[in-house]
Formats: sequence, structure tokens, C-alpha cells
Amino acid sequence: MSDPRRRESPAPIAERVRALEETLAAKDLLPSGYLEKRAEQAEENFDYRNGARVVARAWVDPAFRARLLADGAAAAAELGFRAANSEYLVVLENTDSLHNAIVCTQCSCTAWAVIGLPPEWYKSLEYRARLVREPRALLRQMGLELPESVAIRVWDTSGETRFMVLPQRPAGTDGWSEERLAALVTREALIGVARIPAP
Amino acid sequence: MDGIHDLGGMNGFGLVEIEPNEPKFHERWEARAFSLNTLGIRVLEAYNVHEYRHAVERIDPAQYLAASYYERWFTAVATLLVEKGVVSHAELEARAGGRFPLARPAAAVEPTRVTAGAPRFAQGQRVAVREMHPAGHTRAPRYVRGKRGVVVRVSRPFEFPDLAGHALPAHVEPTYHVEFPARELWGDSAEARGAVVVDLWESYLEAAP
Repeated sequence: MSDPRRRESPAPIAERVRALEETLAAKDLLPSGYLEKRAEQAEENFDYRNGARVVARAWVDPAFRARLLADGAAAAAELGFRAANSEYLVVLENTDSLHNAIVCTQCSCTAWAVIGLPPEWYKSLEYRARLVREPRALLRQMGLELPESVAIRVWDTSGETRFMVLPQRPAGTDGWSEERLAALVTREALIGVARIPAP
Repeated sequence: MDGIHDLGGMNGFGLVEIEPNEPKFHERWEARAFSLNTLGIRVLEAYNVHEYRHAVERIDPAQYLAASYYERWFTAVATLLVEKGVVSHAELEARAGGRFPLARPAAAVEPTRVTAGAPRFAQGQRVAVREMHPAGHTRAPRYVRGKRGVVVRVSRPFEFPDLAGHALPAHVEPTYHVEFPARELWGDSAEARGAVVVDLWESYLEAAP
């Protein structure tokens, strides 16, 4: 291929996808309904609300929290959350002096079982380039102002381990039910670009 | 490869914008592109996930930067299905009614035999990342090559991606979570207490004093 900028524009992406589907179907290599079923399954199963439930359980149940920090995948599986790409899950505990944040600088690896399919901002060139280099400035731009006393540890998902941040439980939630607590937990908090404010 | 995908630490990028209530797929074709990859790996068994990652890395740099996430995803899937002979590029262009860009060819990578056993490094041990520049697939980001860190966790053994990414027989070897002080990576302007942890295969590492 020569310089792609000097060539005619590619066919629209939706047409290219359709073309591959049709080519495969013509060879009998695309089982009927397969693409729809797989997409539905991904949308249903790979959702950050799973991680929110894991976090809420860890906030109310110290034994579960200990199991989660020892073996994230096994603990998430107790609640029914699994994914082929999240078989080795390491959970990173935020404290008063340490804040963890996750990135995949080379692509978009994410713990689908608990964080879900990653959002566009996580997959963006900007996030991938900047987080490892200037985490405090980037987090501040994203709306998270961390006190100087809090150190930042960035985790690059460059291997097969998948990570999830265990955010700190906000004040003012004593006695809350797991369900109510889970509703406070955002995808951004599970990745480490947000904290969970007191309600 | 020292490719465009290896973005960690590059300067010049702008703001990260969070889209409120973002849908999992923005367009119908994105969901279908997503599923076509599962078809290629699990149903057709035409390639593995390491080859998929490498195919994304092989996309022409100008196209890589300009394309959306799922456009890159889809281009990798189509590239592999053409390279494996499942479909032809001509068929795809004919049906698409226009140009259908694919990723560039992979570099030739020699099969190597590595005998991997018990982990060579222990938690707390100082290690350095080899100053390596393979032409093919690798998961050692450029920004840690030649840098020193400490093993904070002996992780699990996994298939070696530098071979698996080229459909070569790949051994399983230990991986490590290695913590690098921010100043080791970015110099004195970085925060004294800042750190980056990178997940690395044993072959990328050597003992450091």
C-alpha cells in the first residue's frame, strides 16, 4: 500500500462491514443470527453495573472484601460475573493515601465481567497516551482533584491480568443496603478516574 | 513492533471527554463488527486474540489515528480473514463498492523455543526491561524498555504473545506486575511518589542490581 492519504476514500465503514458479512454468508461461514446473538449477549453480560454490585458487596461484607482482594475473578464469580477475558482479575484498593487508575496504553483491554465493554474515552488516543505520563493533571481535567497527600499508581493493562479499582465507600452511607450502595458506583470510579462523592 | 498503537507517554494529545450515558455501541455496524471478531476467533477458528491485537497494530499509522475504535477493530478482523484465505480482498472491495483498506503485512518472526519453568523473579525483586525492538508483535510498551522497576506481584503464567501473535507455537511463561517510579520513566519533573505498574512477560525482563 502506498500513502493512504493520497488515495480515494475508502468505502463507508458500514458498507465494508456489510460486505464482509455478505462474503462470509455466501460461503456459508456466517451462522444465521450469530452476530445479533453475540452482540445482545455482550450488551447484557458485560456491564459496569456488575462491578458496582461487587464493590457494594465488598463495602458491606469484610469477608467478601478479603476474598475479592485475594482472588478477584473467584469473588466476582460468586455473584455470577464472569468473562473469558477476565479470568485473572486483580482488584486495586483505594485508600486515604493511595489512588489507583487503570489504562491500556496499547489497545483497550478491560475486565469485561465487571467493568463491561469499555467506553470511548477509555479507548481514546488521548487517555492512552496521557494517563501513564501525567496522571494527576489528566485526572484533574477529567474532574477528579486529588489532594497532594494522595499518591497515584497507574496500572497499564499490558498483559493478561485484568484490573478493577475498589473505590472508597463515601461517608454518609452507614446502614445503606447493598442495592442502594451499588447505585452510587460509576464506571469511572471502577476505572479510577472518579471517586464516589458522599450522597 | 515500535508501532503507532504504542501510545503510552506520548505528548501532544488533548482532552479526554466523557460521554454521559454512553451506549455500548453507537452504530449498528459497530455491534456487528464486534461480533465478527468473535466469529473469526471462536467459530471459524481462523486466528487467535494475539493475532487480532497485532493486526490492529499493523494498520497504517495515518489510518490508525484517523479511524474510530471499531473501524480499527473491523479492519483487523477483515485483514486476518483475507490473510488466512477465508475471504479475498477483491471480493470485499467488489461487495463494498469501493476501497477496502487492510492492515499492512506482518514482519517475519522466527519461531523460538523457550523453556519456561518456575518464575525466575520474586516479589520485591528489582528487574529491568530489556532494551528490545522486535519487528513483530510484543506487549512490552516502549516507555518501559530499558527502565528499572520492582516486582510487586508474581502474576500467572500466560501464553507468550510475541509468538502467538504470529500464529507460531507459543509457550506459557510467568508474568509479573512491575512497578516503575514515575521519575524512572519521565524524569525529575514527575511526582516523587508517582508510579506506573506494567504487566510483563518474563522474557521481557532481566535481573537488575
